[in-house]
Amino acid sequence: MKKIRVALAGQPNVGKSSIINSITGARLHVGNFSGVTVEKKEVFIERGGYEIEIIDLPGIYSLNAYTPEEHVAKRYLYEEDYDLIVNVVDANTLSRNLIFTMQLMDMQKKMILVVNMIDEVEKQGGRVDKAKLEELLGIPVILTSAKEHRGVDEIVDQIIATYESDKPKNKLYYDQRIEEQIDRIVKVLHKSPHFKDPEYSRFIALRLLDRDEYIYKIIHDLPIFIELHELLGKIYRELELEYDEESTSDILSDERYALSKALVMEALKKPQVRVSLTDRLDRLLIHPVFGLPIFLFFMWLLFQLTFEVGSIPMDLIDAAFTEISNVIKATLPDGAVQSVLADGVVPAVGSIIMFLPNILILFLGINLLEQTGYMARTAFLLDGFMKKFGLQGKAFIPLVSGFGCTVPAYMAARTLKNPTDRIITMLVLGFMSCSARLPVYVLLIGAFFPTAHAGNILFIIYLSGAILGLVVAKILRSVLFKGEPEPFVMEMPPYRFPSMKALGMELWIKARLFIKKAGTFIAGASMIIWFLSSYPHSGSIEQAYAKRIEAAQSAQIKRQLQNEMVSKELEHSYLGRIGKELEPLFAPLGFDWRMSVATVAGLAAKEVVVSTLATLYAVGDADERSNTLIQRLRENVTFKAAIAMIIIIMIYSPCVAAMSTFWAEVPQWVWRGFYLIYPNVLAWLMAFGIYRILGLMGY
Amino acid sequence: MKPITACKIGCEGVIVRIRAKEPIKGRLFSLGLAKGSHVKILDHTLAKQTWEIESDGTKIALREEEAASIFIDEKGCAA
Repeated sequence: MKKIRVALAGQPNVGKSSIINSITGARLHVGNFSGVTVEKKEVFIERGGYEIEIIDLPGIYSLNAYTPEEHVAKRYLYEEDYDLIVNVVDANTLSRNLIFTMQLMDMQKKMILVVNMIDEVEKQGGRVDKAKLEELLGIPVILTSAKEHRGVDEIVDQIIATYESDKPKNKLYYDQRIEEQIDRIVKVLHKSPHFKDPEYSRFIALRLLDRDEYIYKIIHDLPIFIELHELLGKIYRELELEYDEESTSDILSDERYALSKALVMEALKKPQVRVSLTDRLDRLLIHPVFGLPIFLFFMWLLFQLTFEVGSIPMDLIDAAFTEISNVIKATLPDGAVQSVLADGVVPAVGSIIMFLPNILILFLGINLLEQTGYMARTAFLLDGFMKKFGLQGKAFIPLVSGFGCTVPAYMAARTLKNPTDRIITMLVLGFMSCSARLPVYVLLIGAFFPTAHAGNILFIIYLSGAILGLVVAKILRSVLFKGEPEPFVMEMPPYRFPSMKALGMELWIKARLFIKKAGTFIAGASMIIWFLSSYPHSGSIEQAYAKRIEAAQSAQIKRQLQNEMVSKELEHSYLGRIGKELEPLFAPLGFDWRMSVATVAGLAAKEVVVSTLATLYAVGDADERSNTLIQRLRENVTFKAAIAMIIIIMIYSPCVAAMSTFWAEVPQWVWRGFYLIYPNVLAWLMAFGIYRILGLMGY
Repeated sequence: MKPITACKIGCEGVIVRIRAKEPIKGRLFSLGLAKGSHVKILDHTLAKQTWEIESDGTKIALREEEAASIFIDEKGCAA
């Protein structure tokens, strides 16, 4: 079977991914580009005896790459071995997109132009002339609408046809004065054995005129460099003088700009200009006065929904797992196996799965913000505000993603090009409470606050985390990193109705990952916690209590003694001993040893805090009705200690997965070390302060 | 000729000069802002720290410093 490798390239927001998703019969693989954490989507299609592999490159505005993602895409286009380029453009912003298309055409590779979102243009009375575009550009053009599944499958046929055909002539001619200089450069390039191919050397010459540092580095080590360098200096001066421009890259930009304008004039019947839905929405959503309150309202609403709607199925899930536990107790013989399953694994996994609805709602909300295009607006609204704290508006996107999960949020910080901006953002990202911390909050809020206020308390927790993040960012900026944040220039994509398929897919992936984590990692951790809390057995405690329980007069005293025995046994266990060792560290915060153990266990994953508490507070409880964790917490934990715990959870180091992502993304040892220590110290100090203040207030 | 930051919301005009340094200039260009581009001022935040402009169907958010580097010949507005 013949293999065809296709590089799918295009500017951000043109709908490349939705095209990939809607190609019929495609198998999708998601991984990372080698050596970097930028997501790599690959699609495999078999058709007509060919295996076609399409690589979805990160969105790239131009070959003069800017962000780390763009550099990944550029490096791929320059260095990798592929057979043809499929360039996706947005019909709505054709002229801007065609500028990038021309840069790609300079590469002299086989290429197909896919004009996407054609439905939107046509709905407004516009029209793209496919035949004209093909004639003018000299490459095959396909009009598509991924949303309406129009033209998408044609892409695959065209890939095969283009692959099989002779290389089409797609040479782009620039102004005579530029072409003359290209020829001069090519002549020198030909002296090197690396540049025997006339088309490749024309591309190199063009990139040199475009002041592409990447290409400059390639020729830098060649013997012809000195001659080339001298010639380039001369050409730069000549052209800049002739065109009265600052740089030859400006001249080329102007050229491409003029060409694309002319192309669009010929091939596009412009839609009538009318006030779009985006304009109308923007008038309200980024209103100078109302924009911010509306944004805050959306955020508040999201947390209300997360709590209120998420709590509805909780009792059901809780009851189901209690039932499973009971069934295990009834069917398995008494002993260690029964205990590890019924008292250890099942309640622990259950206590995590319970929060699945909350987490899905939160993720849905964040995905909606992203997919509808509102997230870019928030960056616009908040840039001025964020700048005061030494951050920039774009940093807001990783920060909000941090509410979902810290791991992708660290990766989202890659959109920040300036290394200082990035490191500051990443250092405060952990203060944005991720969804794994949600169970701990929900549990503690449920135990210590009236239900009516729960959503508000949750909102306050998330908000104070965010505010703390900003304050710390300000301190970091003024103490450790002096200087201005990077410039803020970003595209505001039009509002789009999110694709239900994509939303559903995303949620399904999240749910699956979460359940998998609960079923494997957390079940494993809870087994360890169970083991540590059940061994070693102490015969003497049991004996001493057995006599007293037998002699007890009333059922109430009996139950009390039983509970006392269980807690004595726990204290005697390995976990009890570990907890006792940790106690001095957490005693100033009012934590008992169980909370201390749970807090430390939370460094592995935040959900483990809940399952550990579940194991430690509910083990051996004889009374069915007081079995819920919440009641046991109310009996054993003071209000101020619970608040201190919320603060610790909010601030201290995120989970192992997030920490290792940070390490992977930040190469400097100084920051790696700093990152390991400072959130934990800060968390302890803040918790201690609040605990003391609450104590003084009489709680 | 005046910088975008001297215009009012609703103003339109043609870009005559971009004073930004590389790589910002290149970034502006790849978003469709070049000499001769038609732009419209859509919005700014309350303190005018961030601006939103539109050019050829693309909406672009810019900080004050970057917006001030783009000069337009305005037409059809009474600023």
